[in-house]
Amino acid sequence: MTAAGDILLRLAAWLLLAPLLPGVINKVKAWVAGRRGPPVLQLYYDLAKLWRKGVVLSTAVSPAHVLGPAVAWVALTGAALLLPVGQAGAAFSFRGDALVFVYLLAFARFSIALAALDTGSAFEGMGVAREVSYAVLAEAAIIAALLTLCVQSGSVSLATMLAPSAGAGAALLAAGLFGVLLAENCRVPFDDPNTHLELTMVHEVMVLDHSGPPLAAILHGASLKLLIFAVLLAEAVLPLGKLALLPAIGALVASVLAVAVVTGLVESLLARLAFRRVPLLLTTSFLLCLFALLVAWKGGVP
Amino acid sequence: MSGAMNLLIGLAMGLNLVALASSRLPSVIRAAAFQGMILGTLPLLLEEKFHWLVVAVAFGTITVKGFIIPNLLRRALRAANIDREVEPLLGFVPSLLLGAAATIGAAALAGELPLLPEHAKTLLVPGAFATVVCGFILLIARTKAISQVCGYLILENGIYLFGLLLINTTPLVVEAGILLDLTVAIFVIGIIVDRIQREFDTLDTRKLTRLRE
Repeated sequence: MTAAGDILLRLAAWLLLAPLLPGVINKVKAWVAGRRGPPVLQLYYDLAKLWRKGVVLSTAVSPAHVLGPAVAWVALTGAALLLPVGQAGAAFSFRGDALVFVYLLAFARFSIALAALDTGSAFEGMGVAREVSYAVLAEAAIIAALLTLCVQSGSVSLATMLAPSAGAGAALLAAGLFGVLLAENCRVPFDDPNTHLELTMVHEVMVLDHSGPPLAAILHGASLKLLIFAVLLAEAVLPLGKLALLPAIGALVASVLAVAVVTGLVESLLARLAFRRVPLLLTTSFLLCLFALLVAWKGGVP
Repeated sequence: MSGAMNLLIGLAMGLNLVALASSRLPSVIRAAAFQGMILGTLPLLLEEKFHWLVVAVAFGTITVKGFIIPNLLRRALRAANIDREVEPLLGFVPSLLLGAAATIGAAALAGELPLLPEHAKTLLVPGAFATVVCGFILLIARTKAISQVCGYLILENGIYLFGLLLINTTPLVVEAGILLDLTVAIFVIGIIVDRIQREFDTLDTRKLTRLRE
């Protein structure tokens, strides 16, 4: 019973806290620009509003259009439950769950892409093409990062991989993972979450034809993904598994908030990159993770 | 001691990749200059006992590579009035990947070499290999004369790193002589770039293959 209660508690924490992060980022952006900005809880209001609304479906779509967001949301929730929290470990932990984690993230992206392609709209096809071509490079980077942690800790289970800090290559790994975080969550310099011009959108264009509860699932899933990456970044760099439970949770919350603030600052201070420059930046993130792997492999000093 | 040195050499290896990835000439020049300055401080860390000649050479290297050469290049850039885009023969992503592969290969190669025990723990040899290869890539894969000069400078930085292995046996006068040669070479190139630009209206080395009256 306590095991089930533990899982439910974690699930509730992940699901309820996730929409807070975009609110914090927007608040930071508003603060830098000298505006008051939307309330921190804005995404909760949006989700509640969308949940009450009806669904408008095109006559061309198949059930995959509605199923896609739901499947993606479930996959992201599963990925979140694989991440450990301090000494308490993860809700589900087994040998090789790092691979499952990567594949769940990829599966979520695949479902959203499929749901977008299902509408038959040319714009959404374009958005999917962009999203997937970014993902090729971003996934290479995240796999290199997880491999670094594997080599560092000699384990393929996320709970033991993320417990110690990343060692000598921690700075490289942090920079690489932060780049992946920005790319995967469609943040400036890769994509602009505020743009609504079809020609420049990447992620936003994929969800143009969704409405009501499916759109709510997509938005909540996106905020969950942001939280997953922020937690992954914090746990990869900080030795949270070495602390007691309460300090570990405190440090985790503080570092996730710090990641959100830095993301907001990056978004306020940088312009979005031209499309042809994006692969260079993603390759840089990949190489940062790769060099962290090299440092971990050679044991600090080659 | 060795930790600080490895950090500096690692930074220099990172700057190789920065130079390969940047698309504007001033940032390539800046990367090469910064790398020269970082490597210029290394003799101070390597030499156990304080010697005024070492300090003088380190100071001279930092001044020449960090300030005089970049200023000469920037002046040439301004005088020739060329636009600042790099115009690569090989795209930025492939050259970056090639540079990274060279860096990893250099680390693997240095592990295989029979080095002296005091050098085996440092990044001196892999750093030197990686810098030489990255300088070569920059030299081969860019069309503009100025970026080729930067490639040459990075190449020289790599050879300088190799030279640091022999710092106890090479007379420092040799080091000073190399530095002087380098400055004169860049000075002359600065003038030549200006002349080429006036004569041919381009610095694209692909167009400078035929001899004419």
